Amino acid sequence: MEPDDPTFRSGTEPVVHLRGAVALLGRFPALAGVDLDVDRRRIVLLRGANGAGKTTLLRALAGLVPITSGEAVVLGIDLRDDRRAVRDRVGLLAHGTGLYDELTVEDNVRFWTRAARADISDADAAMARLGLDGRLRDVAVGRLSTGQRRRTSLACLLARRPELWLLDEPHAGLDKEGRDIVDELVRSAAQAGATIILSSHELDRSIDLADEIVTLGGGIALDDEAEGGRFHAE
Amino acid sequence: MLSDAWLIARKDLKLEIRSRVALNQVIPFAILVLVLFAFALDPDRGLLQKATPGLYWIAVLFSGLLAMQRSFSVEAADGVTDALRLSGLTPGGIYLGKTLSVAVQLLVLEVLLGAGVALLYGTVITGWLLLFTTIVVATAAISTAGTLFGVVAAGLRVRETLLPLLLLPVLAPVLIGSTRAFEAALSGTPSEGWPWVGLMSAFAVVYVVAGIFGFGPLMEES
Amino acid sequence: MTTETVGSVQASDNGPTSTGSRSTMILGIVTIVALGVLILFGLILSPADENQGEAVRIMYVHVPSATLSYVGCFLTTIGSVVYLWRKSRWWEILAYASAEVAALFTAFTLITGMLWGRPTWGVFWIWDARLTSEAMLMLLLLGYLAVRGLAADYEVRAKRAAIVGLLLVPNVLIVRESVQWWRTLHQKPTLSLAGAHIEGLMLFSLFTGFIAITLVFIWMVIHRFRVAWLEEQVDLEGLDEAIAERRAEGALS
Repeated sequence: MEPDDPTFRSGTEPVVHLRGAVALLGRFPALAGVDLDVDRRRIVLLRGANGAGKTTLLRALAGLVPITSGEAVVLGIDLRDDRRAVRDRVGLLAHGTGLYDELTVEDNVRFWTRAARADISDADAAMARLGLDGRLRDVAVGRLSTGQRRRTSLACLLARRPELWLLDEPHAGLDKEGRDIVDELVRSAAQAGATIILSSHELDRSIDLADEIVTLGGGIALDDEAEGGRFHAE
Repeated sequence: MLSDAWLIARKDLKLEIRSRVALNQVIPFAILVLVLFAFALDPDRGLLQKATPGLYWIAVLFSGLLAMQRSFSVEAADGVTDALRLSGLTPGGIYLGKTLSVAVQLLVLEVLLGAGVALLYGTVITGWLLLFTTIVVATAAISTAGTLFGVVAAGLRVRETLLPLLLLPVLAPVLIGSTRAFEAALSGTPSEGWPWVGLMSAFAVVYVVAGIFGFGPLMEES
Repeated sequence: MTTETVGSVQASDNGPTSTGSRSTMILGIVTIVALGVLILFGLILSPADENQGEAVRIMYVHVPSATLSYVGCFLTTIGSVVYLWRKSRWWEILAYASAEVAALFTAFTLITGMLWGRPTWGVFWIWDARLTSEAMLMLLLLGYLAVRGLAADYEVRAKRAAIVGLLLVPNVLIVRESVQWWRTLHQKPTLSLAGAHIEGLMLFSLFTGFIAITLVFIWMVIHRFRVAWLEEQVDLEGLDEAIAERRAEGALS
């Protein structure tokens, strides 16, 4: 974590800046020229049909999928130069849990916290925040329900203190209580200075949460009929 | 890099202790191989004693392959590969950590197999210093190469069949070397064994270097 | 990690556009002539050896093809290193083409070696150091080719194969060394020209063999390279259309 990166701290530059960004999955252009600008502390909702490119966009912003043409700058780092450099500054909540089934909740959260070189007390705080500090703490992840695993993944993400949160369907598989926790986490992270991009099918819920909504379709950001370009929820 | 390696190795070993796959499956398999050799080679003709070094190392290689497959199937689980890429751990550190955990598992396996051949084949064990050094060096060679080729095959649909094809020819010199060194130790002529220890050390050094540098590119796009 | 990109499409301008060209046609003709000369000297004009008999003639192709199988490995490692270092697709495909041709030459070396062994040693296979090393070389090359031939994206195949390719020469050296040590303990006969008196026409035949087989090797690598290059190019064709199609999906939804 390098929160003191000057390009980031200056605050004038957007956290995410994409122009005509293309990303290929094999030969398939999952992103076919996305334009997107996201300022610091914003909460942006990505919506779009299945296969619109939401997941690929989030993975590309995390530096996992290479951007093959266009401009792509995240947290002041040009992804086309070095997409690895951005990775330890973002947190991605993906469809996969990213957890070791045989290890306990505590082992997993502590392992990923240590891996991110974050303070180990952050791991305990994150578990407490997500209601994992009781009985669940010593349960192997393989024995948890989908929602509990989701919470464990979120705890790992939270403990890393990322500057940019990329949440792929964060509400999926969670009960009412879990969803409230997610919303509360997202809001407080934005207040603390992080930027959040999430995709969701739970539109009613997420629209309340989001500052901005971006609709994806066919691998590009579509013009929203509401306001031409981006529709502002406020 | 070393602290990353230590973190990964501890995580892997903890995971193995929890899951008991090595204990419940790999070790019984290794013992089974020893028993099968006895079925294939008549135990009354002294063939087993004579062939002990070769049989021992074949058993180590085959059961070691299982441990290596296991080491990478753990990382292929539900989104873990992406999580590792995002983690900020250095690829070289991940490589060393996985190598270390494989090596520890191999060492346990080798000690048990050693007891197994002494017990089942009646092999008289002598030349402890050379035997011990050979085990350490051969384990380093097998785990360094195995971890590197393990990640080459990782995440592919054909990984179970690809890893042995890649790894076994590469490990042929280690099999030759460790077998000859064991023969030298058991026959009371350890001086013949030491050059092989040198060869295997060189092998391990080549693979540590290749692994530390090669793991970075290999972790991408899998 | 900068150019795993559409940008590498542009690099294709430096690559071949077909499998043949004027200069390789001339190379092909020269190769055929050289093979003709080899047949003339190797099979007709040169005498039989006093120790090895007629079997010595196999050496005129066996020794050059064994040498070139190692040259092919060397090229594969060089190509893999340059690919990993500079992300050059050209070198990666050269590595692949060399490995495939090297595997062919290794197989040819093994077959001619066995055909030579039958009359000389009385058996097709003997655990001779050189023959065993060559067989291990074949297995190592098959491993490389298995990775390179994976049903996966180009980047995945190329990168993983390049790591295997990078280690090919070190592996070959270690294997040769260990097999040599292993077999010399037993003092077994070696497949070589030792024992044959190579001079005059026989020496000339061997020399012709080196030239002809080397030309065959070069011709094959060039053509294999071109086919492989064009195959990868096909994969990159039509990217603009694919992007346009993809964008149109959004308009429909």
